[in-house]
Amino acid sequence: MYSINFLGPSSLSDGLIALAALLLVLALHSVPAHAQESPYIVTYDHYLEEPGNLEVEYFSTFGTQRGGNDFHAFWTEFEYGATAWWTTEFYVDGQTTFGDSTLFTGFRWENRFRLLQREHFVNPVLYVEYEQTSGADKILKEVEGNDVESDYAVPNALARQEHDHEIESKLLLSSTFRGWNIAENTIATKNVTGGNPWEFGYALGASRPLGLKASANRCNLCPENFIAGLELYGGLGTRYNFGLPNTSHYLAPVVAWNLPSDWTLRLSPGFGLNDNSHRLLLRWGLSREFSGFGEAISRLFGARR
Amino acid sequence: MKANIATRLGFILKPATFRRRELPPTLCLAVVLALSFQAKAQNESVSRKNDGADYAELAHAPQKARDRVNPLERDPDAVAAGAKLFEQHCAECHGSTADGGRKGPSLRAPEVQQASPGTLFWLITNGVVRRGMPVWSKLPEPQRWQIATYLKSLSPPASPQNAGASSGKAVPIR
Repeated sequence: MYSINFLGPSSLSDGLIALAALLLVLALHSVPAHAQESPYIVTYDHYLEEPGNLEVEYFSTFGTQRGGNDFHAFWTEFEYGATAWWTTEFYVDGQTTFGDSTLFTGFRWENRFRLLQREHFVNPVLYVEYEQTSGADKILKEVEGNDVESDYAVPNALARQEHDHEIESKLLLSSTFRGWNIAENTIATKNVTGGNPWEFGYALGASRPLGLKASANRCNLCPENFIAGLELYGGLGTRYNFGLPNTSHYLAPVVAWNLPSDWTLRLSPGFGLNDNSHRLLLRWGLSREFSGFGEAISRLFGARR
Repeated sequence: MKANIATRLGFILKPATFRRRELPPTLCLAVVLALSFQAKAQNESVSRKNDGADYAELAHAPQKARDRVNPLERDPDAVAAGAKLFEQHCAECHGSTADGGRKGPSLRAPEVQQASPGTLFWLITNGVVRRGMPVWSKLPEPQRWQIATYLKSLSPPASPQNAGASSGKAVPIR
């Protein structure tokens, strides 16, 4: 039988989950909006959330674990377009390790800033994130430093005692050419608890819609509703041992299905490329975008129309 | 087990209590949410004051972009497909009939209707980020041309109210 545990002070985790529930309720009072979402789960391209829109996303990762129990990690994202050049996002993470327990493992708060006003061949976006997670966090939203498979074999009861406060920065570079999107992310992370060094990582992605022209009719299975691609991501060591030794790397085909009913489904089986990597990270996600969320909030606080 | 889950879910019913060390992350999040909503409100307020600039971005299209020929000009499905794409991605701001909405200006205005398809394609691709219109290069090129084709197929505004919008005085780009 599983037990349910939470990270750290219960009032903090309770407050964060209540905030997530509040955002979800408010989103349901907004109008669904059609999204053209990229299929990436780890890599970021340069497209931000449309201003005033809120995208609610649920993601799930099933991971195999040698020397331990397989796990199912999950997270919920609330992505809000503050302006056309600034997107802010709030995550709540959790995981179930089979034969062990289910935990709330922390939260993340990320911000992305578009640096150039117009489209260029390469479009840079600055990414800054604060994470407060436990050592039991397994969502593997990014791989950095010397993250290896054996790190995730620690029993939850032990791993949850480690509390990390991380600042994560990324430079997102992304290009769109003849229907293809090519995205390159470089990651630098600093765990501000203890004397941990800067850790580095990367994520690369390429994707393309299956159909470039839209059909004249509303349809679920039209080729333009599907975007397929490939992600490659992994760690690059730390400030003191930069490079590929003792790092893990993954190659993951990705596909997104943007439904006319405003839902987006994503699927990505990720395969470990070396002995330090999990053999399989099977990810899937479901998201829906809501327009007018900012206006709903403004009205809630009495703003004049 | 049931009692345990009920205890854990009890937070929904009881008021949150924060200790001093728990305040900073929650406070930071609240401040950022407030700032983001304020930034949005400021954007709207700034654009309301700059009515004359609604269509100014069209003039910034480079000559090379203006001269581009719409490859789907003679495509019989382009207008219908463009209408579908407009409804999905543009109507939220510009209104379902393209007469303008609370966020975006009328696209039936002479400034838009007289612009070349290449200019419209350029504007859709680049957006007007500082005034709240996102870049739409995530739509493949043919789909942006389909939207431009649809926009060029629109008739001028019919009512005096819309005529006001078409003169750039009613609804600014946000």
